Amino acid sequence: MGDDVWVVADHAEGSLRRITFELLGKARELADARGGQVVGILLGHRVGGLAVPLGECGADRVLVADHPLLETYTTDGYTEVLASAIAEQRPWLVMVPSTAAGRDFAPRVAVRASGGIVTDVEDLRIEDGWLVATRPMYTRKVVGAAAFVGEGTQIAVVLPKVFSAAPRQEGRSADVQALPVDLDAAQIRTKFLKTRQLQRERVSLAEADVVVSGGRGLRGPENFAMLDELAEALGAAVGSSRPPVDSGWVPHDYEIGQTGKTVSPQVYIAVGISGAPQHLAGMSGSKYIVAINKDPNAPIFQIASLGVVGDLFQIVPKLTEQVRKARAG
Amino acid sequence: MNVVVCVKQVPDTEQPIRVKPDGSGIEEQGINWILNYYDEHAVEEALRIKEKVGGSVTVVCLGAERATEAVRTALAMGADEGILVRDPALDGSDHLTVARVLSRVVGSLEWDLVLCGRLATDDNASVVGAALAEFLGVAQATAISKLELHEGTATVEREVEGGAQTLEVPLPAVFTVERTINEPRYPTLPGIMKAKRKEIKMLTVADLGLNPKEVGMPAARTRWVRFSPPPKRQAGEVVTPDSPEEGARRIVEFLRQTAKVI
Ligand SMILES: Cc1cc2nc3c(=O)[nH]c(=O)nc-3n(C[C@H](O)[C@H](O)[C@H](O)COP(=O)(O)OP(=O)(O)OC[C@H]3O[C@@H](n4cnc5c(N)ncnc54)[C@H](O)[C@@H]3O)c2cc1C
Repeated sequence: MGDDVWVVADHAEGSLRRITFELLGKARELADARGGQVVGILLGHRVGGLAVPLGECGADRVLVADHPLLETYTTDGYTEVLASAIAEQRPWLVMVPSTAAGRDFAPRVAVRASGGIVTDVEDLRIEDGWLVATRPMYTRKVVGAAAFVGEGTQIAVVLPKVFSAAPRQEGRSADVQALPVDLDAAQIRTKFLKTRQLQRERVSLAEADVVVSGGRGLRGPENFAMLDELAEALGAAVGSSRPPVDSGWVPHDYEIGQTGKTVSPQVYIAVGISGAPQHLAGMSGSKYIVAINKDPNAPIFQIASLGVVGDLFQIVPKLTEQVRKARAG
Repeated sequence: MNVVVCVKQVPDTEQPIRVKPDGSGIEEQGINWILNYYDEHAVEEALRIKEKVGGSVTVVCLGAERATEAVRTALAMGADEGILVRDPALDGSDHLTVARVLSRVVGSLEWDLVLCGRLATDDNASVVGAALAEFLGVAQATAISKLELHEGTATVEREVEGGAQTLEVPLPAVFTVERTINEPRYPTLPGIMKAKRKEIKMLTVADLGLNPKEVGMPAARTRWVRFSPPPKRQAGEVVTPDSPEEGARRIVEFLRQTAKVI
């Protein structure tokens, strides 16, 4: 096994997603500790141009798998290409973004690579020569540390926003190599039919520095417009606790918590959310938590960096107004 | 349509979960063990398939003796057969080994479809379903929120960033289910009584033709080295402002000075 650290790039609509840069930052540190290279892995069709930003942000080499059959994500397409490349080049570690696609192919690739896999990774460190990954468990009531002990290539599926993005170095470039793709349509068993896009995202929950989240306290779907406005003013993404999803006010895609998404923004603003453990499971990794709740005994106040006791219907519009002013002036 | 559902028994996280002082695991005393939440949705989906097109629902579990209770919960919901693989040799298995063992069980059955929960709420790993599909050599779709069966194929919807994808998957296949796929039924009293009388088939590693060295610690590629409580959050400030304007002002000040996002 080699010492290289691979980063599978996440990209959409011709640009790299932020998590790619976060993984590159950590990959640099780990590769340096082992004396290996950082290798960016690009899978898709006509994506070669993305090798430039990968190089600027720390990749020593970029492997580009460019093929029409990789244009849309499929389990079989990605698994085949990645597993063959791993078998041939035997990197030490492959870092995979925890996205719907990453979580889907990574276990299959791990089986083929005969390596270990840890998902929901929040930290990666070398301890006594072992690579150790930490991850939240049991509704975030426990942090588990798992060591990779096997011989094969290791796979870490990493949560967004847990590592800081690699800085861009103007003029730095990677050695770009084509990854031969030996795929025929018959190997791809699953047929992609269509995507139904949700209308919502200015900023995605995974990438946002600020998340504004609404709970049952919002009382109805119409009041999420109020959060949209606040989010707009802050450049934030909108999330929710589970009751708004179960009541059909917002799609499941908004849900944060044990049965929703995990987010770790710089600031999480919880509006009309009581702070049940299942909700905290998705957001208590946030750097700062601001809570607005009319109940002074709401459990959310026990973990909030700033808690404001009061009626959300009165405070949120004022907050939006003041944020706009602060930004303008 | 013969559907196999893989289920796991997990601690109920409604209750406190405490780490042992030496960090070697969690305190098992006082834990309430339940059927993994997402697996209930998988069992429900299997039952709906059976109700629609006929066939059978077999529940497979890997775990300790007490995990028979999780299997029994699924039987009480209406599953036909229950299988538990329990063997001390399995201690220390990683997720890939679990998938490998499950693939042996599934491979010994007549099956068209395997359903799993999207993840188990103890370790949240979300690995076993896809790894199982790989070991079985079949197609997969993970985190699906809709499932429709046709002759030899299934149409599924899976949630992706900012939307949902519709896919056509050839059968046999493995699917892991999202919570939005259905609303699980509660076991009925007759169902519970019937489940009590049902025999759960117990298997060992040897029964599956596996060598003890191929499972458990010797085969694991990851090993838990430590568990700890989450880092304590710095206690914050709770303010009761005199007016909404004042409340808003405090937040803006915080966002600007402390969090530095405006
Ligand atoms: C297996 C399982 C999984 C779950 N997974 C999740 C999950 O992933 N995510 C999740 O969020 N939940 C989850 N839950 C549900 C969770 O237990 C709670 O029920 C839920 O988080 C509560 O949401 P809430 O805080 O919005 O609502 P509530 O607990 O009803 O709280 C509403 C809050 O709004 C406040 N409020 C009301 N009106 C106003 C007002 N005018 N101004 C200011 N404040 C006001 C109230 O004081 C209250 O604190 C799960 C539950 C189970 C059993």
